Amino acid sequence: MEWGELVTHAWWTFAFRWFHVIAGIMWIGHLWYFNFTQTPTMPKIPQELRPGVARYILPEALWWFRWGAMLTIITGLILAWLESKLIGVISIGLNTTPHIASNASLGIGMWLGAIMWANVWFIIWPNQKKNMGLVQVTPEQRTRAARIAGLASRVNTMLSIPMLYGMTSVHFY
Amino acid sequence: MKNPMDSLTQTVVLGFVLTVIMVLVIHAIAA
Repeated sequence: MEWGELVTHAWWTFAFRWFHVIAGIMWIGHLWYFNFTQTPTMPKIPQELRPGVARYILPEALWWFRWGAMLTIITGLILAWLESKLIGVISIGLNTTPHIASNASLGIGMWLGAIMWANVWFIIWPNQKKNMGLVQVTPEQRTRAARIAGLASRVNTMLSIPMLYGMTSVHFY
Repeated sequence: MKNPMDSLTQTVVLGFVLTVIMVLVIHAIAA
């Protein structure tokens, strides 16, 4: 097989699916690390060691987390476009008669993913900046920001379960 | 009343409940 034959539309579609999965694991892996490991463990960590997590691990993890989210949505949209189903999934299968179940499934998963992405960039990250002291706020505002960021992160953990159903059930329908 | 999101277990259970609702919606759309 020649290299030129390899780099076809099918190859690009595969490549973007691959990148989409890599970016998605980077994102959801960190989301689950925060919710399943870091947050429940924090109260058990001795007080004098906690700044190590807040100052060194959290900022680094949040960087991979939010840019993983960004790369996931970009590669996902390109993938849907390469598969000629961008309109079909955005309209959750309602754009055709009969309605296509796989577009409904993938589309709902995509909308949940889009809500989660917006949650990361417009709720979690701005509030984490206040929580980490990157933005100057009062102690009360800082406590409130940490609470909002924590709850938004939990909402994303909840949404990740049906979102992944939508992403992985396409070939079932 | 406590916020269910304060519990990791309840968060995960709600995720699965939402998935069941999502499956019903998919079937309703495709019917």
